[in-house]
Amino acid sequence: MDALTIHRLHFAFTVTFHYIFPQLTMGLALLLVVLKTMALRTGDEHYNRAARFWARIFAINFAMGVVTGIPMEFQFGTNWSRFSKSAGGVIGQTLAMEGVFSFFLESSFLGLFLFGEKKLGPKRHWVAGFLVFLGAWLSGFFIVATDAWMQHPVGYALGPHGDIMLSSFWALMLNPWLFWQYLHNMIGAVVTGAFVMAAVGAFYLLVKRHEQYGRTFVRVGVIAGMASTVLMLFPTGDQQGKNIAFYQPVTLAAMEGLFATEQGAPLALIGQPDVDKRRLDNPIEVPRALSFLTYQRWKAEIKGLDAFPPDRWPDNIPLLYFSYHIMVGLGTIFVAVMLLSAIELWRGRLFAQRKLLWLLMLSVPFPYIANTAGWITAEVGRQPWLIYGLMRTPAGVSPHVSAGNALFTLIGFMGMYTVLAMLFLLLVQHEIEHGPEPA
Amino acid sequence: MMETIWFMLVAVMIAVYVVLDGFDLGAGIVQLLIARTDSERRQVLRTIGPVWDGNEVWLLAGGGTLYFAFPALYASSFSGFYLPLMMVLWLLILRGISIEFRNHIDSVVWKPFWDVVFGGASALLAIFFGAALGNVVRGVPVDDANEFFLPLWTNFGTGREVGILDWYTVLIAVAAFATLMVHGALWVSLKTEDELEQRARKVALAGWWSLLPLTVAITWCSFAIQPRLSQSFAARPWGYVFPLLAVSGLIGMRAMHRRDLAPFLCSSLFIVGMLTSAAFGLFPYVLPSNLDPRLGLTVYNAAAAPYGLKVGLVWFIPGMLLTTCYFVYTYRSFAGKVSLEEER
Repeated sequence: MDALTIHRLHFAFTVTFHYIFPQLTMGLALLLVVLKTMALRTGDEHYNRAARFWARIFAINFAMGVVTGIPMEFQFGTNWSRFSKSAGGVIGQTLAMEGVFSFFLESSFLGLFLFGEKKLGPKRHWVAGFLVFLGAWLSGFFIVATDAWMQHPVGYALGPHGDIMLSSFWALMLNPWLFWQYLHNMIGAVVTGAFVMAAVGAFYLLVKRHEQYGRTFVRVGVIAGMASTVLMLFPTGDQQGKNIAFYQPVTLAAMEGLFATEQGAPLALIGQPDVDKRRLDNPIEVPRALSFLTYQRWKAEIKGLDAFPPDRWPDNIPLLYFSYHIMVGLGTIFVAVMLLSAIELWRGRLFAQRKLLWLLMLSVPFPYIANTAGWITAEVGRQPWLIYGLMRTPAGVSPHVSAGNALFTLIGFMGMYTVLAMLFLLLVQHEIEHGPEPA
Repeated sequence: MMETIWFMLVAVMIAVYVVLDGFDLGAGIVQLLIARTDSERRQVLRTIGPVWDGNEVWLLAGGGTLYFAFPALYASSFSGFYLPLMMVLWLLILRGISIEFRNHIDSVVWKPFWDVVFGGASALLAIFFGAALGNVVRGVPVDDANEFFLPLWTNFGTGREVGILDWYTVLIAVAAFATLMVHGALWVSLKTEDELEQRARKVALAGWWSLLPLTVAITWCSFAIQPRLSQSFAARPWGYVFPLLAVSGLIGMRAMHRRDLAPFLCSSLFIVGMLTSAAFGLFPYVLPSNLDPRLGLTVYNAAAAPYGLKVGLVWFIPGMLLTTCYFVYTYRSFAGKVSLEEER
């Protein structure tokens, strides 16, 4: 393997593992605020115990998110130094703002939220919880703003030595790419939070333990899940797709496996792209649907990959195609699962529907897969660019960090994260086993 | 001008990081020495439990600020110090999970294991940070493209073919370890009672006696190895205020060692004095080259474009004021000695 491939794998591996945790904490932070609000409004200690239980799960995930997140910021410098040197004046802004505005907020008030319930009293404890939520969602904003700039660079000027200088702060903050990507991403986090909460609730109902809590968890999870899974497809997913069609048409063609430009292009549901022969094998397609979804006209022209020079094609079209299709396919199934559960909940029958509870419980890995696949779509779709249209990926790597040194640390991270994953599962299992009742 | 302002802001952030996370790291080291039972260990950890994460954020925010204000320095130093930085990351991971995970499972094999991991990772981090500072003062082989790559060690000499570790950087690392151990012991003595407090005071006092010769040694060696230091102090004698801070902190620690808060504040003053002395002595260099005195990164050739630096001030100042409020509020909420009764 050459150094570039290892550096890419290094970032891909560490960021994929990292994002398992923030997607839950960002979603769960919102649901914790919901539980604390219910406790405050009803005065029922039940909701406080429920919130404390989820705060313990939150704390484990938060710790994992922090320790795996620090390497992300450092890797811009360690493995991608040429990129950092050129673009640091721009994306350093958003990354520094994340530290100053969200990490301090989040970490200060998480300490108070976890350790200070008695000292603070119910109202101020609610505020602490809300500020943790605010910090988490601000953090997401600054990270997505950073990525949005790499997807669609705005507000910059080129300096004499090819360095990229910030020329408009507000252009960076109001990047047209940012708004929908942010909402799409954050609602994706709520989907994960909702599924996890519903799954734990379903588990308690199925094993007939902590059933009172199980009902609360399923109810909150299903209602939040119903809302978020729908918002995921429409309008956020839809608008994100339109952004890609407008700003990155070659990425859209690769995501959809559309090799030839067509008027009335079909939407491929299933199929395997064969890049060498430039065709989609074993396709199952909905005729003209892609044109309609993109432009609301059945006969609109969609540019296929043939409309672009191959050196501008994403360099891993099959991975892009599959990750996109996995994301959309799962997203559609989520709506169905949550819709079915919500109807049964509304009719008051959900808690006795063992098959549906099984389905909710077993669904838990899939929102993680869908969120991860979504990010793979975004990042592989940006290739071959590191900054779209501005800097190609090989130009950004650290020139003096050899393949051997990079492989050494990649192996180190793989080992470390394997151990972390096992510990994480052990601890979460331990908390779920222990349950929400005070010891 | 903008470059100098941001240099000072980043220096302040790093100094605050070392003072705040320094006492966490020190408490981790000290915990191995003074806590004999599980309840005593828990007491030590509780002194830092609600604040360690916020303290560590200063590293992240300082790193982010460095990235945005001096992108060339961030890029060059992070890729040049590749291996030790990655090890620092691993140690930060181990330290973070050990303090967060230890209390989740009540078992006689689980907790002591994480306590040793926590102490070991804390000690190694203190040593790594010291070595990093030593490297910056000594200089690294920055070439004319402002890039370099350092192996972990070569022949342990301070010539041209240096590694991260040589006799000088190891000396700084040992001094950093002693400094943070004393700092942590003073924090623990401030926050605990009775026997634990007395043992922490003993560690602090013993540590102080090692700090005294170490401070003399690192000062003498630094001036011998990096000629810029004496040039800076000769050119701008007002800079002697920084070493003076360090000396008064060092004396104050011993003179007021029976008091509660005063020695901890003196230790903080000592740390700030030492760090600012180094920063002042190197300025305007932020990463000197050991190959050629004309090469190296300065605040001027490493800074981002002026517009970004100006805009940055607009959000940075209110942001840090807010942060100060959070910290004052958090520390006041957890003020006083810790007790084991109020576990959640």
